[in-house]
Amino acid sequence: MSLLTIENLRVSFPGEQGAIEVVKGISFELGRERLGIVGESGSGKSMTGRSILRLIEKPGKVTADRMEFDGLDLMTLSNKRMRALRGARMSMVMQDPKFSLNPVMRIGDQIAEVLSFHSTLNARERRKRVLESLEAVRITDPERVYKLYPHEVSGGMGQRIMIAMMVILEPDLMIADEPTSALDVSVQAQVLDIMDDLVTRTGMGLIIISHDLNMVARYCDRILVMFNGEIVESCQASELANARHPYTQGLLASMPTLDEHRDRLPVLDRTQLGGV
Amino acid sequence: MMQLSHAWLVDENPETRFQAGAGQTYRMVRALLRNPLAVVGLVIIIGLLIVAAFAPVLAPYSPIESNLGARLLAPSADHWMGTDELGRDILSRIIHGARITLMIVLLVAVISAPVGLLVGTVAGYFGGWVDRVLMGLTDVFLSMPKLILALAFVAALGPGIENAVIAIAITTWPVYARIARAETLTFRNAEFISAIQMQGASHTRVILRHIMPLCLSSTIVRVTLDMAGIILTAAGLGFLGLGAQPPLPEWGAMISSGRAFILDQWWVATMPGFAIVIVSLGFCLFGDGLRDVLDPRNRTR
Repeated sequence: MSLLTIENLRVSFPGEQGAIEVVKGISFELGRERLGIVGESGSGKSMTGRSILRLIEKPGKVTADRMEFDGLDLMTLSNKRMRALRGARMSMVMQDPKFSLNPVMRIGDQIAEVLSFHSTLNARERRKRVLESLEAVRITDPERVYKLYPHEVSGGMGQRIMIAMMVILEPDLMIADEPTSALDVSVQAQVLDIMDDLVTRTGMGLIIISHDLNMVARYCDRILVMFNGEIVESCQASELANARHPYTQGLLASMPTLDEHRDRLPVLDRTQLGGV
Repeated sequence: MMQLSHAWLVDENPETRFQAGAGQTYRMVRALLRNPLAVVGLVIIIGLLIVAAFAPVLAPYSPIESNLGARLLAPSADHWMGTDELGRDILSRIIHGARITLMIVLLVAVISAPVGLLVGTVAGYFGGWVDRVLMGLTDVFLSMPKLILALAFVAALGPGIENAVIAIAITTWPVYARIARAETLTFRNAEFISAIQMQGASHTRVILRHIMPLCLSSTIVRVTLDMAGIILTAAGLGFLGLGAQPPLPEWGAMISSGRAFILDQWWVATMPGFAIVIVSLGFCLFGDGLRDVLDPRNRTR
């Protein structure tokens, strides 16, 4: 049975001339695998991720024929049950750790907070779990980091802390919304390796939202390419080179490689795509 | 062992968090002390605290017992500020009155600041109709003159210190609610709020643990600035006979009882008047200085 089933998901925001659809009826299934969603800015990939957690801010509207997570209907679940799911069974890692950690709270306390409302552990057990989870994301000195404030750690470490916070309760599904785009290239690989390691060890489902085709191809089993609110391509990561949709082909063609001598990189021909 | 020296305190690279915190406090205190008016305010407030704390020791006579043989005596070596119509020493009454004033100010601050903070953060956080209802209510309270509103409430509740405190608190919270709401709106959509929501935190938890602490500093500064106003309102209610009841030595009430003799025995009404002016001036000056120190945007150099 698949972990997440989505059929005909639509997200729209009211505009001056009627509603503007940012996600236009997408369907996909996710098992315990690593799925990459790629697409350009505004293609609706982040909105897809947020609507799974039901965190689309008003006045945005989400509709779907079916949106099920492990047999639970996400569309009709009460807010209270939804809160119990978030963090415990599905969680989300966000783009920039600089903004996604509360600046006036110690890192350890911030991670421990999740435990305080999802578990019945006492303060000592909580502390122990937090230190363990910091260790799991390869932080060498968890005791010291526990007491630091977010401004005292680097971006890469911040993102690892964010991941520790999101996986501490070993969720079944983790959504990573551009988890590495705020990080240096050298740190990106490190963070991705840690995520990869956690996913393999705990067997959770992972959705990586990104615009980096290479990265997604390397770390995911399957790839969805989104364009203008629709899924235009769905393939195994290894099959990406044989993509059929002109948008994907265009994207692949515009990627420079080390051993080539093209004077100009090709640009997407948008008139052909019929999009914006 | 670390040594508490100037160099240790202003070290640009503090070794421990304690040193950084101590250094920050030290720099703030020094900035405050460079502002002479703020120092004057601070001295007045500290004086008020000392007087209130040691009132029974400092006061030469009882503030309540009357001595009809010594009615309306002019200021002299025995009675520095003279005596009132019942022969009570005015200095002793002003000294004991400091306690009442301080109590009113603190109680009002303790009641109204949390109420305002709660209303403001809830309105800012939820937005929509919750915001409109709560802010509408706040605007209703804001649009009425403070003293008159307090007057109406005391009239309804009945005169007395407790009711005066409640009435003044009712008139002061809207300001804090507005500040807290504005502050909440600036980080309502911050990523770290979304992050904690994504982990399944309830609205109550987000507001209490993540939003309120961030609104606290601006509210505290505002409360210090408002203290002068609270003192004046309390004195106004006392003057109108709706605050502290006789024989309690409340400054406003003392002025009111001295009004009858203001032409011949000027000291009866004037002395408590001085006390009110000096103390509210002290809170004003200190609040201004504190705001300048705490707000980096005002730092001119």
